[in-house]
Amino acid sequence: MMVRTLWVALIGILAFLAAGPDPAWAQKGPIKIGFQGPMTGGAAAVGKDMLNGLMMGLEEMGHQIAGRKVEVIVEDNQGRPDVALTKLRKLVESDKVQVLTGGLFAHVGYALAPKVDEYKVPMLYPVMAADDLTQRQSARWVVRTGWTSSQPSHPFGEWVAKTLRYKKVVTVAMDYAFGWEVVGGFQKSFEEAGGQVVQKLWPPLGTTDFAPYLAQIRRDADAVFALMVAASSLRFPKQYQDAGLKARLPLIGGGTTFDEFVLPSLGDEAIGGISPLIYSAAIDTPANKRFVKEYRAKYGKVPSYYSETCYTAARWISEAAKAVGGNVEDKEKFLAALRKVEIPDAPRGPVKLDAYGNPIQNIYVRRVERKEGELWNTVIHTFPAVSQFWKYKPEEFLKQPVYSRDFPPCKHC
Amino acid sequence: MEFWVIQTFNGVSYGALLFLLAGGLSIIFGMMRIVNMTHGSYYLLGGYVGLTAIWRTGSFPLAILLGALAIAAIGLGEYNAFLKRLSGQELGQVLTTMGFALIFQDLGLVLWGGDPYTIPVPAVLSGSYQFGELFFPIYRVFIVVVAAAVAVILWLVLERTRIGAMIRATVDDAEMARGVGINVSSISMAVFALGAFLAAVGGVVAGGFVGVYPGADFEILPYAFVVVIVGGMGSLKGALIGSLMVGLLDNFGKALFPELSYFTLFAPMAAILAIRPTGLFGRA
Repeated sequence: MMVRTLWVALIGILAFLAAGPDPAWAQKGPIKIGFQGPMTGGAAAVGKDMLNGLMMGLEEMGHQIAGRKVEVIVEDNQGRPDVALTKLRKLVESDKVQVLTGGLFAHVGYALAPKVDEYKVPMLYPVMAADDLTQRQSARWVVRTGWTSSQPSHPFGEWVAKTLRYKKVVTVAMDYAFGWEVVGGFQKSFEEAGGQVVQKLWPPLGTTDFAPYLAQIRRDADAVFALMVAASSLRFPKQYQDAGLKARLPLIGGGTTFDEFVLPSLGDEAIGGISPLIYSAAIDTPANKRFVKEYRAKYGKVPSYYSETCYTAARWISEAAKAVGGNVEDKEKFLAALRKVEIPDAPRGPVKLDAYGNPIQNIYVRRVERKEGELWNTVIHTFPAVSQFWKYKPEEFLKQPVYSRDFPPCKHC
Repeated sequence: MEFWVIQTFNGVSYGALLFLLAGGLSIIFGMMRIVNMTHGSYYLLGGYVGLTAIWRTGSFPLAILLGALAIAAIGLGEYNAFLKRLSGQELGQVLTTMGFALIFQDLGLVLWGGDPYTIPVPAVLSGSYQFGELFFPIYRVFIVVVAAAVAVILWLVLERTRIGAMIRATVDDAEMARGVGINVSSISMAVFALGAFLAAVGGVVAGGFVGVYPGADFEILPYAFVVVIVGGMGSLKGALIGSLMVGLLDNFGKALFPELSYFTLFAPMAAILAIRPTGLFGRA
């Protein structure tokens, strides 16, 4: 009897979905931006960084774009694909937004894209990095202003083989699209440059205790490449150190492993971590210094790449809306304008889209260092104007399958 | 060899953490028949209160104590104001405790924000013991020690004291216990508070190694339920063995068959339920 109640209770942990309110549609009123992101749950801090960036960008424009007022409608998608789809429907059907943005996880990006195409409402992807959305299954109405998961990994893999001279690397990465793609890009260029990935471990998203994985790491490797996101970035370096690994195997990884949003909560265990990304709060340019200073004054913390990309997304929308004279209702023209935007002086550096719709931008190799008591991702090398295909020919590159758990295969495992 | 030793140690230490959580849940179950969905929230809020305490005072033991006491008080309030009235109505209790879990989740988000934190642990507890090629993080050893101490104390109280006898009597047959003059209602209250207390201790201790972050409440809750289902409701021994089993299964499952890690956790649970529907040590 009690057991059955228990089962009912266990099932009861599942979803609570909100229904959308009645439509209230005003003609030619403000430009409505529909934002969705994880505002609750394990990735809520990231969602907040994203929204802060967007709002700061809009505030600098006085909440006016091309002579029209701007309104932002915020929805919480809990970082889940099913909820994200419900919120998308709400934003488009009842709020009648003219442009969409937000979203965090790569698998949410894959889930949203076909529906966005169906609605024919442009959606900016400042963060969701799922490779294929600007590669093999490109979505017409998705405008990626962020990056592809494997974009920083490509130059980084070769750099690790040639500059750090590591021969054998073990990868530990979150087991979902983003993790596969970040690791895949790294493995491809690292092995082409003479390195060997000798073991690939895949803890599931949301793993709290990494001990079972850490104990398996091959001790004869030269380094460990880790890809963590959100709260796992907080736990991993500490558990890595406590397992006695930090002293033996240097820790490198994908950019999110040493996110700015998690650095203030980390200690010495993170120092020395090397990772590539499209942004670092420590980039030494006037545009970035001003951005970091003002963001800090406003929100009391250092901006992360989530803040930067959403801040730049606000500017992106504004540039495109200006180009069509504020007439964002002409969706085809607005979409075309969005694809043509070039921003030469974003905090992360110059950004423009390639022929496949993904930004060409700088990739920064960063090392975690302590400066004046705080942890920063010091830029130790910059690859300028890197495209999602890096040095590969797009047509050649697109013949290989999208990176996955088993591609590239682990030849040296 | 190294692999097995380390993985066993990891499993045991994770099981120890689960025991802190599931021990209270199991007793509350067994005694009051309350399916307490708020239990995960006690764990999370305990971690948050401990975090604030350590920021203010810098003392780790004080953080554990304050976190646990604050949550015990909250649990007591929830029980007295709401759950007591719903005695015997299982569905009502599930919904009420579920509602509280959602309220506490948002409350945590409002008060502590969405950023993940770790509770800074004292220097004596960080680092690891090294034996040859083997590393044992000191903090994990500490968790095992805390859980063992809690288990021994609970066992002594339950088996060797008058209060313990009264609690056991109430678990076995509340009506009869009331009949022989045991104040079942205050005992229930005390046990509920104790359960919340232990969950919060678990939350603060866990905060030192997995962190305190929104969502931790619903992440840990299914594990606690599995422990209680496997071990049997209301049995301390069951909670202890169940925790160790779940810790070890989870750990070895992830290490040996990573693709099947949920299967290796839930399949034995299903098997145990098929053979012993009341759990290993539960009574019908």
